[in-house]
Amino acid sequence: MSGPSTYNPKSGFERWLDARLPLPRLMHDTMSTFPTPRNLNIWYTFGGILTFCLAVQIVTGVVLAMHYVANANLAFDSVEAIMREVNYGWLIRYMHSNGASMFFLAVYIHMFRGLYYGSYKNPRELIWIIGVLIYLLMMATAFFGYVLPWGQMSFWGATVITNLFSAIPVVGNSIATWLWGDFAVGDATLNRFFSLHYLLPFIISGVVGLHIWALHVPGNNNPLGIDVKSPQDTVPFHPYYTVKDAFYLVCFIILFAAFVFYSPDFFGSPDNYQPANPLVTPPDIVPEWYLLPFYAMLRSIPNKLLGVIVMGGAIVTLVFIPWLDTSRVRSCRFRPLMKQFFWAFAVACLLLGYCGAQSVDAERFGVPLVWVARIASLYYFAFFWLIMPVIGLIETPKKLPASIAQSVLGDNAATPAE
Amino acid sequence: MQLKTHASRLALGLALGSALLAGSAYAEGTDTKRHHPKDEKFSFEGPFGTYDRGELQRGYQVYKEVCAACHAANHLSFHNLDEPGGPEFSEAQAKALANAVRIQAEPNDKGETTDDKGVPLMRPGTLADHFPAPYANENAARANNSGALPPDLSMLVKAREGGAQYVYSILTGFHEKPPAGFKLAEGKYFNPYFEGWNISMPPPLTNNGVSYSDGTKATIEQQAHDVTTFLAWASEPKMEERKRFGFGAMVFLIMLAGVLFMAYRKLWKDQH
Ligand code: HEC
Ligand code: HEM
Repeated sequence: MSGPSTYNPKSGFERWLDARLPLPRLMHDTMSTFPTPRNLNIWYTFGGILTFCLAVQIVTGVVLAMHYVANANLAFDSVEAIMREVNYGWLIRYMHSNGASMFFLAVYIHMFRGLYYGSYKNPRELIWIIGVLIYLLMMATAFFGYVLPWGQMSFWGATVITNLFSAIPVVGNSIATWLWGDFAVGDATLNRFFSLHYLLPFIISGVVGLHIWALHVPGNNNPLGIDVKSPQDTVPFHPYYTVKDAFYLVCFIILFAAFVFYSPDFFGSPDNYQPANPLVTPPDIVPEWYLLPFYAMLRSIPNKLLGVIVMGGAIVTLVFIPWLDTSRVRSCRFRPLMKQFFWAFAVACLLLGYCGAQSVDAERFGVPLVWVARIASLYYFAFFWLIMPVIGLIETPKKLPASIAQSVLGDNAATPAE
Repeated sequence: MQLKTHASRLALGLALGSALLAGSAYAEGTDTKRHHPKDEKFSFEGPFGTYDRGELQRGYQVYKEVCAACHAANHLSFHNLDEPGGPEFSEAQAKALANAVRIQAEPNDKGETTDDKGVPLMRPGTLADHFPAPYANENAARANNSGALPPDLSMLVKAREGGAQYVYSILTGFHEKPPAGFKLAEGKYFNPYFEGWNISMPPPLTNNGVSYSDGTKATIEQQAHDVTTFLAWASEPKMEERKRFGFGAMVFLIMLAGVLFMAYRKLWKDQH
C-alpha cells in the first residue's frame, strides 16, 4: 500500500478490473510482493494465526446460530441438542468454545511480542491502539458468548459483570437495569447479548482491516527493532512468509485440535453444564481464564467503584504506552534493564490470573492471595506509568546492529541474496 | 441477587460460612469438605478409550431398575440406545426397552389427557421418546425426597468436578464409617464424597440388587462401575466419534506440518 505498486495486470480482464476496482492490485501489493524484514521470528506468525482464529469463530458461530435458540427457557437445551442431535454439532461447538480460548492465547502472545520488541513506538502507535481496540471488542464478544449457553456460570458471570455498572454513582442502578432490559439478568438480557455477540465479530473484522492497513504503511517491526534500510533487509511476503506462517499456523492448529478432540472441556467449568438457576449461587463465580487478571484486580480492591475504575484503567493504560515509553530503542534485546522489568511484568500478569481463579479468601503459604493480587496490580500500573518513562531516560542501550541484513547474514550481506 | 459491594459480599460469605459450620452437626472444627474421589479406572479414559458395551448395557439396567425411580435423564431418548458409540442394543431390543416404559399419552381424539377418574392416560414408549421423569415437577420430586432434589442424571458426569470418579465414589461411599463425634442430620445419610458429608439419597445399591443376565456378579462396586459408565456416555454420547475423528485429523495435520516444514526449510536455506 505504501510505496509504488508493482502490480502488472496480465490479461485483458485483469486490466479491465484494475481500472474499475483494483482489488487484485491490493491483494498483490499486500500479500505477495509486500517487502517484509527477513529476520521475523516465530512470534511474528501470530498475526496470521489471529486472522485464522477470527475466521474460525465466525464460521462456526454462524452454524451454531442456525441451531441455537436465544430464549432463557430453551437456550441450555438447544446447545445440548447441538451436541447430541446435530450432525457434527459437537465438533462445531467445541471448535467455537475452545476457539475462543485459542484466540485469546494467540492475542496475548501477540501483545507481549509487541511490548517486548517495542512495536508500539513511532511510527506504529496507531497500529498498537487499534490493536487495543480489537482486544477490548474481543473481550466483550467473548463475555456475551459465554452467557449464551445459559448455564450456571453464564448466568452468574453475567450477573456479576453487569452489576459492576451499578457501582457508578447516582445513575449506576439505572444503567444496570437498562443493560438487563429487566430488573435482573433474564430473557431480555440473553436476547440482546445474542444480538451483540452476532454483531461484534463483524465489527472486529472491520477493525482488523484498519489494523492491517495501518501496518502496511510503515511495514513490520522486527526483533531487532531497527528500521528497514535497504531492499536487502527484506524478502517478499510471498512465498517466504506465506510458507513460514502456514507452517506455524498448522502447529497452532495441532494444539487447538488436541483440546477440541481430547480435552474439549479443559477451559470450561463443570458448573456451566448445569442450567442457569437464579436461586442457587455457585460457591465460586469464576470468569473464563482470559479475563482472570482483571477479575483479580477488581476483587483485590475493597471498594467496588474503585475496583471498577482500576480494572478499566488497566485496559485504558495500554492506549498510552506509545508515549509512556521514552526510550529511543525499540527492542528489549538491546535494553538490558527494561528486559528484566518486562519479564517481571509477565510474571505479575500470570500471578494476577492465578489469584483471579482462587476463592476470594484463599491463602498460599500463609499469604492471603488478595495481597498478592494487590501487589501485582500495583506493579502492573507502576510498570507502565513509572518504570517505562524512567527507564527509557536512565538506561544505556546496547549497541544496535548496522542493518537487518548484516545482523542476519553476517559477511554474506555484501552479496545480494536474491 | 443484587450483589452488594465486594466487602459486604465477603462479609456475607464469612457469615454464611460460620453459620453453616455452627449449624452442622459436626462442629468440632474439622471441615466436612468432600473427600477427593476414588481413583477408579474406566475404559473410556485416554485418547483411545471407548465405552465398554457390556458395562453400558448393564449400566442401563441399573439406571432403569434403580436410579430412574428418583432421577430423570431428560437428555436421553430411547433411540440413543441403539446408536453407534452407545450401548448399541439392537433396534428391536431398543424398541422393546422403550415399549416397556409407560409415557404420558398425548390428548386423545376427545381431547382428554386423563380418564374419568382423573388418572393420566398412558401409552407405551417409542424410540422417539425421551426418558420419562419420575416426578411431575420439582416440587413433587422434593416432597418425595425429604426436601432434596435428585438432579437430572443425563449430564451429571460433566456437571461435577471429578466427573465419573465423583459419581462412582458417591455410589460406593456409603458404608464408610463416620469419624467419632460426627452426628448425621435428621433423615440424611453419611457419605464423605458428598459436599458436607450429609446426603439425602439413601444408599441406592445393594449386593445383587439387580440380576445381570450376562452372568456378571452384581456387587455394589460392579453396579456402580456399570451405571457410572452409562452416565458418562449419557453426558458425552459422541465421545467415540470425537476421538476417532480426532485421530484422523491429528494424523493429517502432523503430515501437513511435516510437508510445510520441509518447504519452509528449503525456501529459507539461503535466507538466514
Ligand atoms: C430414593 C431415591 C433415589 C434413588 C433410587 C437414587 N437417588 Fe441419587 N439422589 C437422590 C437424591 C434425593 C439426591 C440429592 C441428594 C442431596 O442433595 O443431598 C441424589 C443425589 C445423587 C448424586 C449426587 C449428585 C450431586 O448433586 O452431586 C448422585 C451422583 C446420584 N444421586 C446418583 C444416583 C445413581 C447413579 C442412582 C442409581 C444407582 C441413584 N442416584 C438412585 C435420590 C435417589
Ligand atoms: C470474535 C469472535 C468470537 C468469539 C471470541 C466468540 C466466543 C464465544 C464463547 C466464549 C462462547 C461460549 C462457548 C460455550 O461455552 O459454549 C460462544 C458461544 C456462541 N457463539 Fe460465539 N464467539 C465469536 C464469534 C461468533 C459469531 C460470529 C457468531 C454467530 C454468527 C457466534 C455465535 C455463537 C453462538 C450461537 C453461541 C452459543 C452456542 C454455544 O454456547 O456453543 N459467535 N461464543
